[in-house]
Amino acid sequence: MSKKYVKNKVWTVLLVLALGAVLALSGCGGSNEGAKPEAGKTPGGAGEGAQDTLIYGRGGDSVALDPAIVTESESLKIGMQVFDTLLEYKESTTEIQPGLAESWEVSPDGLVYTFKLRQGVKFHDGSDFNAEAVVFNFNRWFDPKSPYKFDGDSFDYYDSMFGPEGSRVIKEVKAVDANTVQFTLTKPQAPFLQNIAMPSFSIASPKAIQEKKADFKSNPVGTGPFVFKEWKRNDTITLEKNPNYWKEGQPKLSKVIVRSIPDNTARFNALQNGEIDLMEDLNPDDAKQLEGNNELQKMERPSFNVAYIGFNLKKKVFNNPKVRQALNHAVNKQAIIDALFAGEAKPAVNPMPPTLWGYNDSIQDYTYDLDKAKSLLAEAGYPNGLTEPLTFYAMPVSRPYMPDGKKVAEAIQADFEKIGVKVNIQSPEWATYLDDVKTGQKDDLYMLGWNGDNGDPDNFLYTLLDKDTIPGNNRSFYVNEELHKILVKAQVEVDQDKRAEMYKQAQVIIKQDAPWIPLVHSTPLMAAKVNLKGFVPSPAGIESYGNVYFE
Amino acid sequence: MNSYIVKRLAVLIPVLLGMTLIVFSIIHAIPGDPAETILGDKATEQSKQALREQLGLGKPWLQQYGTYLSELAHGDLGDSIRTRQPIAREMLPYLAATLELTVASMFFAIVVGMNAGIVSAWKRNSWFDYVSMVIALVGVSMPIFWLGLMEQWIFANKLHWLPSIGRMNSRDPVEAVTHLAVIDAMIGGRMEQVWAVIKHLILPSIALGTIPMAVIARITRSSMLEVMDSDYIRTARAKGLASFQVVYKHALKNAAIPVLTVIGLQTGSLLGGAVLTETIFAWPGIGRYIFEAISSRDYPVIQSGILIIAFLFVIINLIVDLLYAVLDRRIRYQ
Repeated sequence: MSKKYVKNKVWTVLLVLALGAVLALSGCGGSNEGAKPEAGKTPGGAGEGAQDTLIYGRGGDSVALDPAIVTESESLKIGMQVFDTLLEYKESTTEIQPGLAESWEVSPDGLVYTFKLRQGVKFHDGSDFNAEAVVFNFNRWFDPKSPYKFDGDSFDYYDSMFGPEGSRVIKEVKAVDANTVQFTLTKPQAPFLQNIAMPSFSIASPKAIQEKKADFKSNPVGTGPFVFKEWKRNDTITLEKNPNYWKEGQPKLSKVIVRSIPDNTARFNALQNGEIDLMEDLNPDDAKQLEGNNELQKMERPSFNVAYIGFNLKKKVFNNPKVRQALNHAVNKQAIIDALFAGEAKPAVNPMPPTLWGYNDSIQDYTYDLDKAKSLLAEAGYPNGLTEPLTFYAMPVSRPYMPDGKKVAEAIQADFEKIGVKVNIQSPEWATYLDDVKTGQKDDLYMLGWNGDNGDPDNFLYTLLDKDTIPGNNRSFYVNEELHKILVKAQVEVDQDKRAEMYKQAQVIIKQDAPWIPLVHSTPLMAAKVNLKGFVPSPAGIESYGNVYFE
Repeated sequence: MNSYIVKRLAVLIPVLLGMTLIVFSIIHAIPGDPAETILGDKATEQSKQALREQLGLGKPWLQQYGTYLSELAHGDLGDSIRTRQPIAREMLPYLAATLELTVASMFFAIVVGMNAGIVSAWKRNSWFDYVSMVIALVGVSMPIFWLGLMEQWIFANKLHWLPSIGRMNSRDPVEAVTHLAVIDAMIGGRMEQVWAVIKHLILPSIALGTIPMAVIARITRSSMLEVMDSDYIRTARAKGLASFQVVYKHALKNAAIPVLTVIGLQTGSLLGGAVLTETIFAWPGIGRYIFEAISSRDYPVIQSGILIIAFLFVIINLIVDLLYAVLDRRIRYQ
C-alpha cells in the first residue's frame, strides 16, 4: 500500500462523511418546496392553473381556536376564517355590514334589537344555523354556570363589552322564530352593533360544542369560509375550503396554511424563498429590500393603534398640568419616527387614531419647542428644571406600535435633559413592568400603547383614560370628572353623530390636561408575493381570507 | 456493571427532585402577577381572580410544591395554563422535533468535528491543521442567530438549494406517526417526502451543530496529539502498520474518551439551548415550547419542560459513562 494511496483513501472517507452528505444533498435537488421562488403550486393538485394554496406567515401561534374564550389576536385570526358573526366589519374599515344576520331593527328606545337571519346556512358539521344556535351561543357566554363553559375558560370579551355578571347589558336573547332572533337590553348601549361584529362573538355550532366539549377549543366548527383541518402547535394550522359557503364566489382558495415563524427576518427570508406567500410584521429595515424586488409587494395595515408616554399623576411633580404640557413640548416626534420607525408611523396628536370616527382633527399638537417647554416649567415653579431625576419606564419588549422602546426613551431622555429634566430609564422584565406601572409606586413616567379592538372611540378614550379604569388600563391615574361625565354619557347615546361630537369634546379636554404625550400611530407593514390579490389588511389586524386569490 | 447501572438510575431520583425544587423556587421568586401576565391586559378582574385561585397562588409555597410533587408522582405533568391541554400529551411533538434536530446536529458535529480533529493532529502544523483550527475557533464564537440568518440568505434565498424554515414541505406535509419527521416520511414510503425532510434538516442542524463541531474538533486534536506521542503508537508504526490504520484504529480508540465526554455534554446542552435555532428556523421544538411558556408565565409547562430536559441530560450522561467502560475495559466503578 503506497503512502499516496492511503492519503487518497483518507480524503475520500473524509469527503464522503463530512461534506459529501451536506453538499450532495443540497446541490442536486430542486423539485421541492423552496427550490425556486415561484415554486408555489400545489404538488399534484391544481396542475397548471393558478396557485390555490395560501401559506400565511406570522410571528406567533394561536392559544385556542374558540374565539369566545381568547383575547389575543393570533387566535382570533383563525376564528375569523372558521366562523362568522351576526354582523361584520366592511373590509379595511370598522363600519358594520350584514353577516349571518341579513337585516336588523332597533326599537326607538334602543332596548330591543331584532335580527333577521340568513337562511340555508349550515355549520361545517352539517347542522343548521338558525335562531336557536344564536341563542345557544349567547346563553353560553352569559350564564356563568353554563355546562358549556369548560374548565378554566372565561368569556372576557363578553364581560368587557356587555358587562360582567351583575351588570349585564343583554337581559335576554330569544328565538322569535327559526330565522328571527331578538335581543333585549337592560339599558341602551351605543356601540352594541359594533360590538356584536367583533370576532369574539362568532357563532359556533351548538352540536359541535355539545359533542366535543373541552376539545372544541382545538377543533372549532363554524359557518365560515374555511373548515378547520389540523393544528400542529407552534408550527402550522391548516384550513380547507368550505364548499358550501354562503358568500357568493368565496372562498377562492382551496387551502390556507398558517405558519408561525417567530423571527421577523427569518420570516422575510422564507417569503423571498417562496416558502410562504404572505407575511406579517415586516421589519421596517427589511422593507427597503422590497423596493426593486418585482416578485414581492409591500402592504400597509391601516394604523389603528397609539403609542404614548404616560405621566404618573400619583407623583407630586405631575400634579401641575403645566409640567405635563412642558414635557409635551419637549418631544420631537418626527425625529423619532424617522430614526426609529423607518418613517413608517404618524405623529400622534390625540389618544386615538385618526382613522377612527369621532377623531378631532381640529386639535393642534404641542409643537416641539424647547424654549416654550422651559418657560412652562418656570411658570410651574421650576425655573431651573427639576431637581430630582425622574424614573422613566421604557418597554422591554417590542410591539407593533413600539418596535424598540429603549431607543425611543433614550431619544426623549436627551431632549428632556435640554430643558433641565433628568430621567433614569428603567426596563424591568415585561410582567414586572406591567405590574409596577399598574400600581404606580415606582415609575414617574412610562411608555405603553394600545391597539383597538373594535371600531369604537370608547375602546380608546374610556378604556384608557376614564377614572373607572383605575386600577387597570388608566395607568396615569388621571381623573377628570367632566371627562368622565361625557364618556359615560356617550356610552348610552344611540345617535352616532351626537356621540362623535362628545368624543371630539373629550379629546379637547384630554389635550388640555395632557395626562400623556401621545407619541405615534405606527403603520404595521406586511409583504406578499406580487401575484397575491384580494387581501385587504384590516385596521384591527384580523382579516378574512375569503377573497384572497392568486393570479 | 449491572449494579452500576442500578446505582446510576437510583441517583436519578434525588437529582430530579433537586431539579424540581430549584425550578419551583426560582419561578415563584419572579416578581409580577402571573394572572395578569397570562391573561393579558384585556382580561377582566374576575377571570384573573379565578385563575389565581385555580393556580393556588394564594396558598403557602410549601403546600403548592407538595401538590406539584404528588401529581408528578402520579405521572401527571398537569395542564398548560395557556392552552389548557395536558402537558404530557402536548409536549411530545415538541420533544420529538428537538430530538430529531439534536441527532442531526450531533451527526454533523461528530463527523465533521472528529475527522477535522484527527486529521489536524495527524498532519500537525500543516495548512489543513491551521485552517481547521481557525474554523473551529470562529465556530465556537459564532452567534447562532447570525449564522442561521446567513445560511438562509445564502443557501435558500440566493442559491435556492435548501428550504429555509420548518421541518417539511408544508404544501405536502408528512403524516405524523412517531413525530420524528424522517421516520414518518419513511413510513409513508414516499421518497420525495423523505428527501424534503432531510433537506429541511440541513441548515438548522449546521447552525446548531457548529459550536459542538468546533469544540469536538479541538478536543479531538489535542487528545489525539497526546496519544500519538505515546510508546504504543510508535510500536505500531514500527511494526509497519499503515498510517491510516494507526491513526483511525489504534490512536483513536484511546483518544476517544475525553471526546466522548465532550460529545455527551454538548448533546445535553443542545437539548436545552436550541431556542435561537428553533426560532430562526421556525422549528417547533422544546426550546421554543419552554421559551413561550416562560414569556407567558405558564408555570406547569416551565416546570415540566425543564424537568424533562434535566432527565434527558442525566440519561445522556449515563450512556456516556457506560460507553467509557466499553471503550476501556480498565474503567470500573465502585
